[in-house]
Amino acid sequence: MAVAVEQPPRAEALRNERRRPSFSIGALLAWLLLASLSILFLVPFFWMLSTSLKDIRDLMDTRWIPQRIAWENYRDAFSFGMWRRWTLNTIIITAVAMFGTLLSTSLVAYAFARLRWPGRDTLFSLVLATMMLPGIVTMIPQFILFSKLPAFGLQGSTYWVNTFLPLTVPAFTGNAFYIFLLRQFMRGIPMELSEAARIDGASEMRIWWNIVMPLTKPALAAIAIFTFQFTWEDFVGPLLYLQSEELYTLQLGLRQFEFAYGGAPAWNWLMAASLVVMLPVVIIFLLFQRYFIEGVTLTGMGGR
Amino acid sequence: MAQAIQQQDVARRKWILRPATREAITGWLFAMPWIIGFIVFTLGPMIFSLYTSFTRYNITTAPVWIGMENYQALFDDPRFYISLRNTFWLVAVKIPVVVIASICIALLLNLDLPGARAFRAIFYLPNVLAGVAAIFLWRWILAPDGLFNRALAVFGISGPAWFYDPLWTKPGIVVMGMWWIGGNILIYLASLKGIPAQLYEAAAIDGATGWTKTRYITLPMLSPTIFFQVVTGIIGAFQIFTTAYIIAGQGSEDVGKGGPSQSLLFYVLYLYNRAFGKSGPGGFQMGYASAMAWILFLIILAITLLQLWLARRWVYYESEGQ
Repeated sequence: MAVAVEQPPRAEALRNERRRPSFSIGALLAWLLLASLSILFLVPFFWMLSTSLKDIRDLMDTRWIPQRIAWENYRDAFSFGMWRRWTLNTIIITAVAMFGTLLSTSLVAYAFARLRWPGRDTLFSLVLATMMLPGIVTMIPQFILFSKLPAFGLQGSTYWVNTFLPLTVPAFTGNAFYIFLLRQFMRGIPMELSEAARIDGASEMRIWWNIVMPLTKPALAAIAIFTFQFTWEDFVGPLLYLQSEELYTLQLGLRQFEFAYGGAPAWNWLMAASLVVMLPVVIIFLLFQRYFIEGVTLTGMGGR
Repeated sequence: MAQAIQQQDVARRKWILRPATREAITGWLFAMPWIIGFIVFTLGPMIFSLYTSFTRYNITTAPVWIGMENYQALFDDPRFYISLRNTFWLVAVKIPVVVIASICIALLLNLDLPGARAFRAIFYLPNVLAGVAAIFLWRWILAPDGLFNRALAVFGISGPAWFYDPLWTKPGIVVMGMWWIGGNILIYLASLKGIPAQLYEAAAIDGATGWTKTRYITLPMLSPTIFFQVVTGIIGAFQIFTTAYIIAGQGSEDVGKGGPSQSLLFYVLYLYNRAFGKSGPGGFQMGYASAMAWILFLIILAITLLQLWLARRWVYYESEGQ
């Protein structure tokens, strides 16, 4: 008992000691190392900005601040190509995918975390197993499936291929990582809350929406942000499924600069357009950093 | 008689209202989106793909059963071996480099030096940018007279031609990959923060120094995280596509061919060329590509199982009750 009483202050003292900025040589070296590494991590962004403001003839110029700041690159880069259309397409696909993912993963996670039903645990191990399944195995048969499913003339297409359907509909069927994350989160909510609501005659839908969903907000925010990022930056999906130029997303649009300068990339335009395309994601990261970081640590989705 | 009727009535009401039954039905209904998705977008396609791998199939005409022909053709296909070798090279080099670098940075961040939060955000920032734009950016930075080589020149090193020199294309991919280790750093950092301080205190009382503590406390406590990162990292690295697609296509309209001397012909890039490529070999060879997908699946499965088996030797799991 005495030990138990004594321990907390000691641990706290140790923690305080760790928090205190120390001035040892080792700490200084470590700090300098971290600082130089973070500069290295930031350099590519500055180089991108610098290149985006260079005249096409100055591309080989080593200067960080261009001889003449070519602001017009930003106008010119967006003057050819259907950028307005591509932006709208990307926003539509991203919004629908976010809505679908949040809806489906929260419903499914609710079933796994808050309800008892036969087969639940078997199905949940299946969810976990699909996390390890390489996406490549389903890529080709899915393409075949989407090239056979009828789209009834949606977006002028007979089949799902060359519509937004292959990029949005699967979002409504959940995602193993997010289901796992939400289930862990929902299990932490006291069961008494649900039971009290049930006694009051609330349906499961109501409990899901009015009790569990509000308490799951941090996890939902992380999922919303990740889905936004992945859909916004997805390249393979649009590459496979969007063939007409008017259906392109921003990521496909960026490729038009690849051969724009006499068969070589027009790097200044490419960098200018890339910066603008990246901007929404960077802004969201800066605003919601906490959810990104929590989401990464909770799902273990670090590797690329 | 009356009693029997009453009993029956109760039984019927029970059947209608029994909470457990109702909960079971609700459970299945709530899980339905995933169940449908699993059958339609995962299980069904997998079975179909297995079938397709034994056929000749170009989507427009009906599949023709050819038995093991695709697999036999694969084993006689030099490009299959090239793509396998390239992919194994990448996995074998990139994964250890990423693991070591991200643990080192996480250890530094865990010292809680001033500005640690800002450093953490900066290291993670590139992870936010995974799209084509970032790959193009690195193609530009690693150009023969690009920023990277100019920086090397400051130290008197003359850098290689990176993505133009078959020897240096894959190292170039590893170098650019280092920009995206922020997610791994965060995960290791969270795991480091979870190591109880008492362990270090006890070790300090026993006279343990920095390295001994790292070797005998930090690394074992970190090993489950390292294991998970290695397993998922390998699965991801085997499927490298977008980077290879964008970089291997440079300098020609022949996008996705495989780069200089096919040094960037990674497995999934080759598979893509077989299935969809207009400039690569064939195109719309769905049977051949499906056979390739299944072989990759088996390779990844075998490596994952091997790792699970090896894990017993080096991964330390705390007993659940502590």
